[in-house]
Amino acid sequence: MSENVTVEEIRERNEQLIGEVLEAYPEKFAKRRAKHLASFDEAKGECGVKSNIKSIPGVMTIRGCAYAGSKGVVWGPIKDMVHISHGPVGCGQYSWAARRNYYIGTTGVDSFVTMQFTSDFQEKDIVFGGDKKLSKIIDEIEELFPLNKGISIQSECPIGLIGDDIEAVSKAKGKEYGKTIVPVRCEGFRGVSQSLGHHIANDSIRDWVLDKLGDKPARFESTPYDVAIIGDYNIGGDAWSSRILLEEMGLRVIAQWSGDGTIAELEATPKAKLNILHCYRSMSYISRHMEEKFGIPWVEYNFFGPTKTAESLREIAGHFDDTIKEGAERVIAKYQALTDATIAKYRPRLAGKKVMLFVGGLRPRHVIGAYEDLGMEVVGTGYEFGHNDDYQRTTHSIKDGTLIYDDVTSFEFEKFVEKIQPDLVGSGIKEKYIFQKMGVPFRQMHSWDYSGPYHGYDGFAIFARDMDMAINAPVWRMTKTPW
Amino acid sequence: MSQNAEKVIDHFELFRGPEYTEMLENKKCMFENPVLPEELTRVTEWTKSQEYREKNFAREALTINPAKACQPLGAVFAALGFEGTLPFVHGSQGCVAYYRSHFSRHFKEPTSAVSSSMTEDAAVFGGLNNLIDGMANAFSLYKPKMIAVSTTCMAEVIGDDLNAYIKNAKEKGSVPQDFDVPFAHTPAFVGSHVTGYDNALKGIIEHFWNGKAGTAPRLEREPNGKLNFIGGFDGYTVGNMREIKRLFDLMGVEYTILGDNSDVWDTPSDGEFRMYDGGTRLEDAANAVHAQATISMQEFCTEKTLDLIEARGQEVIAFNHPIGVEGTDRFLMEVSRLTGKAIPASIAKERGRLVDAIADSNAHIHGKKFALYGDPDLTLGLAGFLLELGAEPTHILSTNGGKEWTQKVEALLASSPFGKNCHVYAGKDLWHMRSLLFTEPVDFLIGNTYGKFLERDTKTPLIRIGFPIFDRHHHHRYPVWGYQGGLNVLVTILDKIFDHMDATTNDVSKNDYSFDIIR
Repeated sequence: MSENVTVEEIRERNEQLIGEVLEAYPEKFAKRRAKHLASFDEAKGECGVKSNIKSIPGVMTIRGCAYAGSKGVVWGPIKDMVHISHGPVGCGQYSWAARRNYYIGTTGVDSFVTMQFTSDFQEKDIVFGGDKKLSKIIDEIEELFPLNKGISIQSECPIGLIGDDIEAVSKAKGKEYGKTIVPVRCEGFRGVSQSLGHHIANDSIRDWVLDKLGDKPARFESTPYDVAIIGDYNIGGDAWSSRILLEEMGLRVIAQWSGDGTIAELEATPKAKLNILHCYRSMSYISRHMEEKFGIPWVEYNFFGPTKTAESLREIAGHFDDTIKEGAERVIAKYQALTDATIAKYRPRLAGKKVMLFVGGLRPRHVIGAYEDLGMEVVGTGYEFGHNDDYQRTTHSIKDGTLIYDDVTSFEFEKFVEKIQPDLVGSGIKEKYIFQKMGVPFRQMHSWDYSGPYHGYDGFAIFARDMDMAINAPVWRMTKTPW
Repeated sequence: MSQNAEKVIDHFELFRGPEYTEMLENKKCMFENPVLPEELTRVTEWTKSQEYREKNFAREALTINPAKACQPLGAVFAALGFEGTLPFVHGSQGCVAYYRSHFSRHFKEPTSAVSSSMTEDAAVFGGLNNLIDGMANAFSLYKPKMIAVSTTCMAEVIGDDLNAYIKNAKEKGSVPQDFDVPFAHTPAFVGSHVTGYDNALKGIIEHFWNGKAGTAPRLEREPNGKLNFIGGFDGYTVGNMREIKRLFDLMGVEYTILGDNSDVWDTPSDGEFRMYDGGTRLEDAANAVHAQATISMQEFCTEKTLDLIEARGQEVIAFNHPIGVEGTDRFLMEVSRLTGKAIPASIAKERGRLVDAIADSNAHIHGKKFALYGDPDLTLGLAGFLLELGAEPTHILSTNGGKEWTQKVEALLASSPFGKNCHVYAGKDLWHMRSLLFTEPVDFLIGNTYGKFLERDTKTPLIRIGFPIFDRHHHHRYPVWGYQGGLNVLVTILDKIFDHMDATTNDVSKNDYSFDIIR
């Protein structure tokens, strides 16, 4: 907010704004939505919203489904496995190669991320069940893609409704081929959002990958500096611009979950000395499991923006000896010139600009530091599918009075932006064109608007460039007719 | 370090530097349990072979990279063609998020649609309450003139009855009794997005013509000589609809477009977001019953809809996405016959210009082999144009094409000597196409954005025509129908051919003698 507006005034404005949007709902639903809209109260240390609750019907929620959380987020990026979208054709089609999970591999031969494998259910499969078809599909995958290292079965809505036994098929076929075949019960109607899909996918890795390791020998000699990156999907190469920093400080990254990841890396993770967790929302489950079962500690980190990146490097290094602590300092020093030059170039163009966010996973809080490094201010934020612990974590990143909106409806979001008039909105493809038509600069903060990476020091320069090109594009001067 | 604040490099350049390539190579060798290089090469080559093609075509259960989507996507498309209409999809909410994203990625426009957000409890008890509440919320928040309901596979599997549910919702006061709520059951496990378009459009027309769900008398047809026009599920709908209206206006035809998405997917950036814009007016949809005839540009998108219209006494004429001279000739002559309006000289001149352009350029296309895939009607329209240009279609594939489509394509091919060596593949996918392109190579491939994977693997240059096109911008704003549209398609094809010529003749002192300045 500009300096002459007090927190009380902001809070009052927010309350009025929330009141206005709620008036548009039928009474019963105004009451339900009221619980999801609030101003951050610094004194209480609370965002003041309920979360992870069913979306109300008919309102254009921005959320997706459990299948999107499992296939689209957690499993899809594992590159050397074939992921079957099991059910009708649509789910796999709309999520086909759309998430920009970068990987290195020969697609169709040893890597399969940007392919759409589907059982393309027909009426007869619904009536008679799809298990036989699934068995045959696995046979055909083995025949045509012999270098695959495993298969996952991503259930779409009908699977759970028609009573198919995909677990039995997976067991039988896994035994037949001596491969990991993972049934995932991520039917889209389960839970309230993508979030349950993440959890189900995490559990399926626990049950069908980690629990089945037995005494499989390790493929490498352990070192005291082995870590695993958890919860980085390598969107636009994010995991790569993160990995390079960890390696430069002397750590050895033995696994990436799951961007540019392989099943060998999933299987090797119990050897890690520390799991470092970026997207808490989608992979805290498996991190906790590995802590309990294998005694691997985990630490959350944030590689958006130089301030948070440096803090995180030191935090991670804190789990290791002086070699690594010195390594962290060396890395921070190495990139200082780049950071300074980036800030010197872009901060003058961006300082004081207001941002409103609405994203998923970790970003509604994690990217705030990067904006602040550029002198920008986040005045509103919310989670598509966050839980209470996400909002709790958010309290450390936001200013008093920040407008908070959980599972925002497009109606609410438009009204909020219309009134608050931020200089930039960061959200998804469904929102992008709405705000641009309103004359508000926009960046997609799921796909990085086809740019990236945004993680780490290399990524921050790109982030800064992109925010500048969004806000300072000449096009915004022309939205109104001059006559 | 290759990053630099002065000239920031992103994923295109960043990861090509030695620090990243070494890091990734090391990751692969140490941790990925990679396939041995010689084995990788062996299998890669094997996937290009005739033997692999046979195994690939022997697939019975697995679909890989299909060129089709599911019914409710088409239903949302159809609904958005009507004035002030909010598509309401009954079932799981993730589906609607996908449809909205899919359309927005193609049109670079917002797409508004709501879901009844059914979850586990609705799976057990049915989604009635979700529909009742959802309609009330949608009506209050988004103030639509009409809510058009369709279903996801979840609602279909558990057998929710839309007719009864909507009546119930009206009784509960979710929307007024006389509010327009047409509906269609659109199970994702039957047909494809074109089927969903057909079902939804039929549902809307039926609603208006057959007594608006018992709230009005059934309309009796009193022929008024007007013409109805249906475009079908069409990625070029923005440009195409405007072109058709221009042609009709030039001819002085009185017409009703049934389903006009050209404004809602092309709103200006002027400071205001228009959730609804343009579309067929609801009274026009009702009065369309009185028309003399209905023309559909896409037969396979409108089979049931046309049956309904024909049963009300109208003459119905269906085309297959006509592109080029003869397709447009037939279309305009039918319009002229049905309305008694002559085709004006100005349109004949446009025709002459397209013929002129073909005469100027066809030498570059003549005899070139093309592979082609897409929706049933589009592939027919494009194949017809390729034959006119003297190109040789070689593989024509439609994942959502069936027997009837195959017969039509084969009849078309038989009508021209240029169609002699072409094979037709109904119900096949783009992994089949990959084998075809390796074992029977062609010069160019025509298809949607997903064809870029085929271009990468087989090095067959891709000409992007179809839906969706995610990675090129704004082509949907240009028509492919009418003579003007034919010219656009011709130029699209030629541009790729010329670019390809230049890209393959620029090796200095090896082959750049052919790097001609004039082509």
